Amino acid sequence: MTRPARLIIFLLGGGVVAVAFVLATLDLPHFGSDHHPYRDLSVPAAVQHGTANVVSAVNFDQRAIDTFGEESILIASVVGAAALLRPSREETERRVPDLGRTLESTRLIGYVLLPITLVLGMDVVAHGGTTPGGGFQGGVILATGLHLLYVVGSYPALDRLRPVVPFEIADGAGAASFAVVGLIGLGSTGAFLGNFLPFGQFGQILSTGTVQVLSGVVGVEVVGGMVVLLSSFFEQEIAVRPEDR
Amino acid sequence: MAIYAYLVAGYLILIGCFGIIRSRHLVHAVVCLSIAQAGTYVLLIAIGYQAGGASAPVFGSTTKPNKHVVDPVVQAMALTDIVVSATVTALLLALAIQINKRQGTVDPDELAALKG
Amino acid sequence: MPVLVAACVIVACLIAVTGSVLPRWAIDSLAIATVSGVTLGAVVLLVRTGSDRSYVWLGGWTPHRGVSVGIAFVADPMSAALGVLIAGLTTCALLFSWHYLDAVGGHFHALMLFFVAGMEGFVFSADLFDMVVFFELMGAAAYALTGFHVEDETAVEGGLNFGLVNSLGAYLSLTGVALLYARVGQLGLPQLGESLGHQRPDALVVTSFVLVMTGFMVKGAFVPFHFWLADAHAVAPAPVCVLFSGVMVELGLYGVARIFWTVYAGTIPEDDIRRAFVIIGAVTAVVGAVMCLGQRHFKRLLAFSTIAHMGLFTMGFAVLTADGLGGTAVYVLGHAGVKSALFLIAGVLLARYRTIDELELYGVAREQRLTAGLFFVAALALAGLPPFGTALGKSIAEEAMASAGYHWGPVLFVVVSAMTGGAVLRFGARAFLGLGDRPDPEHSEETTTGEEEPDERLSGAVPFAMRAAVVVLLVGGLAAGVVPGIGKAAAHAAERLMDGTGYAGQVLSGRSPAPLLPEPAAVWTGAGVWLSLLSTVLAVLVAAAGLWSRRLRWLDAGEPVMRRLHRVHTGHIGDYVAWMFAGMAVMVVLVGLPLV
Repeated sequence: MTRPARLIIFLLGGGVVAVAFVLATLDLPHFGSDHHPYRDLSVPAAVQHGTANVVSAVNFDQRAIDTFGEESILIASVVGAAALLRPSREETERRVPDLGRTLESTRLIGYVLLPITLVLGMDVVAHGGTTPGGGFQGGVILATGLHLLYVVGSYPALDRLRPVVPFEIADGAGAASFAVVGLIGLGSTGAFLGNFLPFGQFGQILSTGTVQVLSGVVGVEVVGGMVVLLSSFFEQEIAVRPEDR
Repeated sequence: MAIYAYLVAGYLILIGCFGIIRSRHLVHAVVCLSIAQAGTYVLLIAIGYQAGGASAPVFGSTTKPNKHVVDPVVQAMALTDIVVSATVTALLLALAIQINKRQGTVDPDELAALKG
Repeated sequence: MPVLVAACVIVACLIAVTGSVLPRWAIDSLAIATVSGVTLGAVVLLVRTGSDRSYVWLGGWTPHRGVSVGIAFVADPMSAALGVLIAGLTTCALLFSWHYLDAVGGHFHALMLFFVAGMEGFVFSADLFDMVVFFELMGAAAYALTGFHVEDETAVEGGLNFGLVNSLGAYLSLTGVALLYARVGQLGLPQLGESLGHQRPDALVVTSFVLVMTGFMVKGAFVPFHFWLADAHAVAPAPVCVLFSGVMVELGLYGVARIFWTVYAGTIPEDDIRRAFVIIGAVTAVVGAVMCLGQRHFKRLLAFSTIAHMGLFTMGFAVLTADGLGGTAVYVLGHAGVKSALFLIAGVLLARYRTIDELELYGVAREQRLTAGLFFVAALALAGLPPFGTALGKSIAEEAMASAGYHWGPVLFVVVSAMTGGAVLRFGARAFLGLGDRPDPEHSEETTTGEEEPDERLSGAVPFAMRAAVVVLLVGGLAAGVVPGIGKAAAHAAERLMDGTGYAGQVLSGRSPAPLLPEPAAVWTGAGVWLSLLSTVLAVLVAAAGLWSRRLRWLDAGEPVMRRLHRVHTGHIGDYVAWMFAGMAVMVVLVGLPLV
């Protein structure tokens, strides 16, 4: 289709949809209303299971199967991207020469921030059940924190200090562990992903039962997944070249 | 306006799709898809908002457990969606890279392998 | 039920991590063992469910006084049967890819297992948001599997078109879910149905309906959301196409049916839905059939035939009776077996001759006797040869349409199955028998040629595993029509699915399900058999017309229409999205305008 034709079709179709959407928003409960039935059920349930962070309770306890599906999507996409970015039949991976200089100040900032970021990431993962945060958020902080090594150095430096295989294993192990915890829950409480660990004092790290465990497991998986994903992209861009005959 | 937040969300979704239609670069199209997805997050969070000084749904020493908090379920939904969107975007970008390699272009107007 | 999903994920992770060190036979065996185990588990579930519903509240969040914060997995006869179909088809697909498919370590098998996990989760989930999450899992694995042959330029382009359009559909569905959540404050299907109750269908309900259905209509390739399907099927590896055409696309229709009956059936009047989906189904069937005839790339031809059949399935659902939906269910079963067999044969041809272009394969495959035999059986079954399941399903659905007052329904069914079956027969006659006029290569440069990277390389006889997979699938397609009582079971399953209030009552409060109405036996009728034979004969005629088209001058009258239709299918991602919005606008008008 020509560009103008496409635009006209979209404007007509999108126009009708936009009108329908606006009419629908007029029927919504007004912005800031207190009509939240699900919240009224969810908050007491979270408190009952000793989880101070209700969002984590919803994610890892009440609607844990959603999170299970979501972390499966994560590892499926990582495996998929790795498969899509592999060197094809007429390409190879070559050794990347250690070129490039970075400013001294950049390197200093990087080296200072790296341990801080890693500790922050681990803290966010560990306190997932009690303060804002959780496995996903902390995992992403950790994974991208690791790539400060790339920013301050060069790709070979990152490559040396970040072996991919352990992170692949972490990714797979994390995803599988989520399911395993679910199955243990099935064995002990009779329901898949049931919360079977003891609840301690409200507000402490170990008070939330399986929420903490699942959050940690997801953290491990996200770190592994993000590192593998980024390394696939890096390899494709920097290292993969057509084979020289 | 009572519905301003919802309209912003709807606008983001539509402008993202508009971007895909007018796009001349596959990476641009994939990013526009993320923008459309961002509209969904705005809608979800806006729906969960509770006026009148409601706090975040995290309890601690300062906030005792109570029901006067914003909706935690939509926040959980938005979190799930963000992760899904990030990973699907990664997949689509990987495909775009390979398309560039095979066809030498990422302009949708010039991609000609599949038609009829 | 969740164990089925969990098992797939665990083994998939295992294969993904160890794939580069394990020998090929270990990966193959592990994957096939897992899927066979899931198939068995699904069969046990189906038997145990019977005509009742089995359900489990995950995480132990059983409802108190009819409310719960958790998510339930529910198996009624229809979803349990789909669960068996999913796992069974995957077993055949993995059998076909035994040893020969270039599997890149463990990635292919891991992705297939994730794909199965997503589909199984989707089928059993009883929560709207959870359904969308598993829908995205299905999608993510599918996009990667489609673009798997990265050396093939069409594969990666098809994968991107597929990925972008389906993801956009999922995000639009999420928008609809958000709107519905804002009104009702629930996400579970039974809770939504109960809370939405008999409210007046205002703008919010209609808009959320259209938005939610958009994602599933994209997946189910309803026109005009169908463009991605031809692109994706044309390029994905053959075993993956088996799953796409056999069950993934049908899950889109399942989503539409399930969500309509459990959530919206109380509010939106049935007449509206009936009219809207009959129109969409009819248009889809016709567009699919016409495009099918004009293809030279065999897998793309099969893809358009799937679109045409989805139109027929939709019409069966659209009459909103148990007969119609039951007929569709049987038709889906038969179609899955037959279409999958055809895709596998396409894979064999591609591997052996490096092309599946109809014009290039002219007379080339004459030596493949057994494969040719299987091919023609499958092609005739696709056209509706009794006693295959396709014919039984077709005749039940035709009856249902006629008794609902759509007397043109059976005519459309016969014509569309004849056209698609004829196109397939024409291809087979050219490739295996060398019949027909010598093709004129410049004549059809607007359509995609059959150049493609093969999944594997064969030089000698077709391996046993591949032939076995094809035979098993054909036998399955036959069984769907021959096993006694299948029509009645399908009608009962349809009735259970349509009972939205009973669903809510049982899952939330444990009320026992209503007794099933004694169904008129949905079996082979005289009229049904005659119509099926008619469509088979017509298919042969269509094939002949295609083979000797140069001598039939009057066929040229249809050329401009065909050419216009071909030109609409551009492969351009912007076009697809524009058509999506056009389709949504049509839905809004069809469903919403009568309510104003």
